[in-house]
Amino acid sequence: MRARIFIRLKEGVLDVQGQVVQRALRNLGFEEVENVRIGKLIEMELSNGEEGRIRDMCERMLANPVVEDYEIVIEDGEG
Amino acid sequence: MGKVKFAVVVFPGTNCDMDCYYVVKEVLGEEADYVWHREEDLSPYHCIILPGGFSYGDYLRTGAIAKLSPVMEGVRREAEKGKLVIGICNGFQILVEAGLLPGALLKNTNLRFLCKFVHLRVENNQTPFTHLYKEGEVLRMPIAHYEGRYFAPPPLLQSLEKNKQVLLRYSDPEGKLKEEANPNGSLNFIAGIVNEKGNVFGLMPHPERCSEEVLSSEDGFRIFKSMADWMKAQL
Repeated sequence: MRARIFIRLKEGVLDVQGQVVQRALRNLGFEEVENVRIGKLIEMELSNGEEGRIRDMCERMLANPVVEDYEIVIEDGEG
Repeated sequence: MGKVKFAVVVFPGTNCDMDCYYVVKEVLGEEADYVWHREEDLSPYHCIILPGGFSYGDYLRTGAIAKLSPVMEGVRREAEKGKLVIGICNGFQILVEAGLLPGALLKNTNLRFLCKFVHLRVENNQTPFTHLYKEGEVLRMPIAHYEGRYFAPPPLLQSLEKNKQVLLRYSDPEGKLKEEANPNGSLNFIAGIVNEKGNVFGLMPHPERCSEEVLSSEDGFRIFKSMADWMKAQL
């Protein structure tokens, strides 16, 4: 079983990396880019894909709930 | 009475431990031991220092792995008993990750590692860490970090201010809060905060790097001295 965990800075938390990348993209000629937010993707393989346990991992270590939100996507089937 | 005992906690990647140990032992004249992060029992110590560095290579987030080390249980226990805990730089990051201090530390707004002297204004001198300073006094201390932008959601920020938990703010040499004096974009110019109980202190600047005249500033020394004197008064 495989899980993907997306970790993003909460709305309202200034993402300076995102701002710099947006500016750089505009300098490259991609003027349509209006906002960029940069997060993390964690992929893991598990013997047990119980979502509650993955949530627990996020709360206790993978994300910092003060400034980050997380989203868990579980992919079923033989990996 | 005997000497005040300081624990200097060492994680893999800590690199300011020797400076802290040296200041406590040689400059302050109290006792110090290095304590490896696998140890759990910190009960023999009066004061605990979490020094700066790059614990676990800053993997995942600064302090995110270190907060899970066994020694942090000991830190939590001793903090509950009212012992003094100070986290410097990466130590501050570990304390916020561990939930022993509120808020979070994010990447500096200019996305640069900043290594330079800054000015700090003492906001509250009614604490075990700052009682040897004057309120409003301006200090000169070095910073060395990439992730030092203090962040707290608005309600938390308000309660920190209301409870006088902000002990140090970045300022200009005259003690004025000017945007250009805020090196990393910290909210409300925050450089150091204390917990509600007043016995856990975290700060981004490095007092151990400015505790002797030869280092061009002695302004950090009174933090260690405040802790030791305060502890002596309790014993």
